[in-house]
Amino acid sequence: MISVTNFTPASALAGGALIGLGSAVLLLGNRRIAGISGIVGGLLTLSAGDRAWRLVFIAGLMLGVWLYAALAGGAITITIDADWPLLIAGGLLVGFGTRLGGGCTSGHGVCGISRASPRSIVATLVFMLVAAITVFVLRHGFGGGG
Amino acid sequence: MNRLQGSRWIALFGGVLFGAGLSVSQMLDPAKVLAFLDLFGDWDPSLALVMLAALATMAPAWRIQRAYDHNDDHNPPAPAITRIDARLLVGACLFGLGWGLVGYCPGPALASLALFSAKPVVFVIAMLAGMGLHHWLARSTLGSSSSAPM
Repeated sequence: MISVTNFTPASALAGGALIGLGSAVLLLGNRRIAGISGIVGGLLTLSAGDRAWRLVFIAGLMLGVWLYAALAGGAITITIDADWPLLIAGGLLVGFGTRLGGGCTSGHGVCGISRASPRSIVATLVFMLVAAITVFVLRHGFGGGG
Repeated sequence: MNRLQGSRWIALFGGVLFGAGLSVSQMLDPAKVLAFLDLFGDWDPSLALVMLAALATMAPAWRIQRAYDHNDDHNPPAPAITRIDARLLVGACLFGLGWGLVGYCPGPALASLALFSAKPVVFVIAMLAGMGLHHWLARSTLGSSSSAPM
């Protein structure tokens, strides 16, 4: 049964537009793709001169969170149900997988699909499907167990 | 202001907008993301609208980029690889598995460091280790740099 009691369409659209705007600023201002895994991964591979803007962008991500918290006038609360081993396994998989696959939700999902890249469309469909199956198995189990 | 400093201010501004967008849309919250991925639970379609709005903003940006940007810089945006290969598919599967286990993808995980909470820090350290492992394997087995975006 599908119920949508937690659906927040207005903030989702507004936040998504801001994410797209941030990506557009990076593309048109710096000719860079706002793929977060690529920006972070590039810290390992590229020259020191190329590292600065990547670190600055990541610092900007955090500044954006603080700015929102200040303007919205309250602390942001998040819920992470994963226990420590799951958290570490998930982190390792996300890090390794996004570098092997050349992108994540932002690089493939937003920047790639918006330029109609077939690679990005396929990658996004695959990681969304696998993530949905993973959540299904964790939460509902095979044959209605857990 | 020289060009490099300018590019850093632009990177900062882009990052701030991106981070604010993740906050406004609640995509910082793994529970909200997992509620989207859980199609057979109490389904929350919000993430789909976040993606749609981001795509609707980025699509014209690409059109502007194609129409007006004729400089011969070495930066992207030309896609380095266009083929759909095993690395893309296996990488997407592993990423999808990790995303489903926790509810974090790289952007929200890094932005969540701003909340000074232990779990995002541990996730980000593990994520960086995974990226480092890929970097090390790619160098030692393929003798080449890591895979290109898009």
